[in-house]
Amino acid sequence: MSELATAETKPAKPKQSLSLYSNFRDYGLLMALILIMLFFQSTTDGTLFRPVNLTNLVLQNSYIIIMALGMLLVIVAGHIDLSVGSVAGFIGGLSAVMMVQWHIHYIPAALLCLVAGAVIGAAQGYWVAYHKIPSFIVTLAGMLVFKGLTLALLGGRSIGPFPPQFQLLSSGFIPDFFPGHGIHVTSMLIGVILVGLMIYSSIHRRIKRERHGYEGEPFMLFAGKNLVIGGLALFLCYLMASYKGLPNVLIVMAVLIALFTFVTRHTTIGRRVYAMGGNEKAAKLSGIRTERLTFLTFVNMGVLAALAGLIFAARLNTATPKAGLGFELDVIAAVFIGGASAMGGVGQVMGAVIGAFIMGVMNNGMSIMGINIDWQQVIKGLVLLSAVVFDVYNKNK
Amino acid sequence: MNTILEMRNISKSFPGVKALDNVNLSVTEGEIHAVVGENGAGKSTLMKVLSGVYPHGSYEGEICYCGEERQFRGIHDSERLGIIIIHQELALVPLLSITENIFLGNEQARYGIIDWEYAEKRTRELLKKVGLNEDPATLITHLGVGKQQMIEIAKALSKQVKLLILDEPTASLNEKDSDALLDLLLEFKAQGISSILISHKLNEVEKVADRITVLRDGTTVETLEKEEISDDRIVSSMVGRELSDRYPKRTPKIGETLFEVKDWVVYNQVHPDRQMIKGINLNVRAGEIVGIAGLMGAGRTEFAMSVFGKSYGRRISGEVLLHGRKVDVSTVGKAVENGIAYVTEDRKTYGLNLIDHIKHNVTLANLKGVSSSGVIDDYAELKVANDYRRKTNIRSSNVYQLTGNLSGGNQQKVVLSKWLFAGPELLILDEPTRGIDVGAKYEIYEIINKLANEGKGILVISSEMPELLGICDRIYVMNEGRLVGEMPASEASQEKIMRAIVRAEVRV
Repeated sequence: MSELATAETKPAKPKQSLSLYSNFRDYGLLMALILIMLFFQSTTDGTLFRPVNLTNLVLQNSYIIIMALGMLLVIVAGHIDLSVGSVAGFIGGLSAVMMVQWHIHYIPAALLCLVAGAVIGAAQGYWVAYHKIPSFIVTLAGMLVFKGLTLALLGGRSIGPFPPQFQLLSSGFIPDFFPGHGIHVTSMLIGVILVGLMIYSSIHRRIKRERHGYEGEPFMLFAGKNLVIGGLALFLCYLMASYKGLPNVLIVMAVLIALFTFVTRHTTIGRRVYAMGGNEKAAKLSGIRTERLTFLTFVNMGVLAALAGLIFAARLNTATPKAGLGFELDVIAAVFIGGASAMGGVGQVMGAVIGAFIMGVMNNGMSIMGINIDWQQVIKGLVLLSAVVFDVYNKNK
Repeated sequence: MNTILEMRNISKSFPGVKALDNVNLSVTEGEIHAVVGENGAGKSTLMKVLSGVYPHGSYEGEICYCGEERQFRGIHDSERLGIIIIHQELALVPLLSITENIFLGNEQARYGIIDWEYAEKRTRELLKKVGLNEDPATLITHLGVGKQQMIEIAKALSKQVKLLILDEPTASLNEKDSDALLDLLLEFKAQGISSILISHKLNEVEKVADRITVLRDGTTVETLEKEEISDDRIVSSMVGRELSDRYPKRTPKIGETLFEVKDWVVYNQVHPDRQMIKGINLNVRAGEIVGIAGLMGAGRTEFAMSVFGKSYGRRISGEVLLHGRKVDVSTVGKAVENGIAYVTEDRKTYGLNLIDHIKHNVTLANLKGVSSSGVIDDYAELKVANDYRRKTNIRSSNVYQLTGNLSGGNQQKVVLSKWLFAGPELLILDEPTRGIDVGAKYEIYEIINKLANEGKGILVISSEMPELLGICDRIYVMNEGRLVGEMPASEASQEKIMRAIVRAEVRV
């Protein structure tokens, strides 16, 4: 999916159609998301894009997206983690016990929770990586264990409320330094600067590519793509700025998405995860320490599940024994809708993020439409299946 | 005596390779007919044609069996007529019992309900026939390889076999088990069952075969009658081909000793009490191409993999020296860092990430070479990939082609590129040209020569003796985990190598 790739696959003129096709594949998922959004925008009489609803959409899905980042790496490495929902719930409970019952300051408490997540990930990853126990079984066991531990920890009750400062993690918005304009100016400025940076860097990449003698995609396509994505980002940013501004959690999410995109595309460790998922034996014989790498992907997953647990607890402002129930299904579905392969070795961070948004928009849109939760499940299941069938069909063509 | 099988002018092509070219084979009733030839001569392909694995229409020529022309569409057709093939890799399910395995796919059932009592009774009869005294309920996994081989034969007997085909049946058996199996073949012969025996072990072939057909490069060389059979005759018939100019010329520039292995001992990965490599000492000098000859199962791959980061085996002992200094090869990473590279035998399973493109495969063993503090420089990587694509002449539209879509020769060049970029001093090549067409082979030889001329040490493992003779400066012969011969290539010949192996077999 790297832009270098799409540029390189067409050294000669007759190959142009191929580049359009691969572009279509790369951006097909984004287009699907836009179409789904437009669909619900019309069926909900414009409720979907209302600033308050859009903000809610981000808040509701942030923890799924954050876990999807870790799950993407786990799945690319050729494994699965079924325990993330239970782990998130457990960490939420742990944070409540620490902050509410033991009155530990929220910053050290949150950090301890992240460390606990890392330890949980390490405990599971140890069996998968060093003892070759199938991850499906290890994390299924983890799912049961942490579901039970959550109940035990909370004694079957809900614990809350959290300190107001901690709640801001989920329900807070970035401060406005230029108040009194009827619109959140700081948020708008951040949006404009980020879109500007994005366009600048893609122009920069294009120039660098041409300087190295590689022909880029056709100029119109390049310009159109940047305009559409930039415009869409600015539009969404404007909508949120006209409500309360950018949520804190959106900033956390954006930083993590950028970080994981960079790690998977441009670092040696990311490359090694893909190589291991593609052919573990070959990776091992190329000098990659596959056991340690597998272990680390699970540690990473544990930390992200813990972060998601904190965000979810802060959002509800209470830790309940039912928190995190079924999250793993949404997270795994998001990664597969995003084009990852169950065999490992294939998958992109942006794909997983868009996959999570597709699930989120469908949840949100169908709820507004008043579709019952039972039929929502049916429809979501069918969407997951058809997305993967579409992918497999495309690959075999 | 009647002819039971007559295969006439069989030809079979795979993309880019002609595996069989007008092969003839005729077997008479109650005969043990041996088929011999080097690896890749077409023996297994011929048997797959006969048993219907390659269905009628995918090959040319005709098969006459029991006096009629046959057109097998699948293995079922040939089995129904009593042609049973036992492959080199046994087709038994380890966690099922002897009875269940013998009647797998041929269950003793009425209306889909299996009559286990009857099945067990028949199993006992069959086991008796093959001379086994085992409980039919024993799981296959609890039997040794020798007994498993006998179960395969019992399974064949359960299907009313008339023509039994055995592909390298004794390759993984010890001498006692081999003898039992050969005796069984002689017994079947007395009962009028014909057998086709494919084997590398000439002493066994000479012991039981009535006639021997020799294949070479996909063609029939000749069929020897019982009284014509002798070691010399078979060997010269097997290898009698011109080396001519299938190998690029090279003037070796050999320097100091570069690489040494001392007293290398390795035990089996699965059965830690079985010694696989029994004390090997060898050396490679700078600029030298050294070959290791031997039959399949001689332990050459196991040796190479155990040296390369202990990727095979347990309880490994011995020393590895580079430039006279002892080096640590306990992990692949350390072996690579110390300048050792190993191009694996099976490039698809062990060499390439087939779902990723050429660029990512080429840099995988040396990501440090295209990155700084863990961040990969895309353009540096692209430059490396393009350089090696040009140097090794990989034929693809660009470096973004998936390696899974390349031909065998080009895949091998990608694997070679990967290891060249790792900058090794010693390159171990395991069957570097297996499954590659002649043209690509030549290119690979040229790359190997170039590396040697740059002063690197090359260790080549190959089952194709002409290849070793064509490219090497010196050849070691390995058999059963030991080195049983060493000769300069100028004095070596296929006969000499074969004799070294055969002599060792007899001695063991």
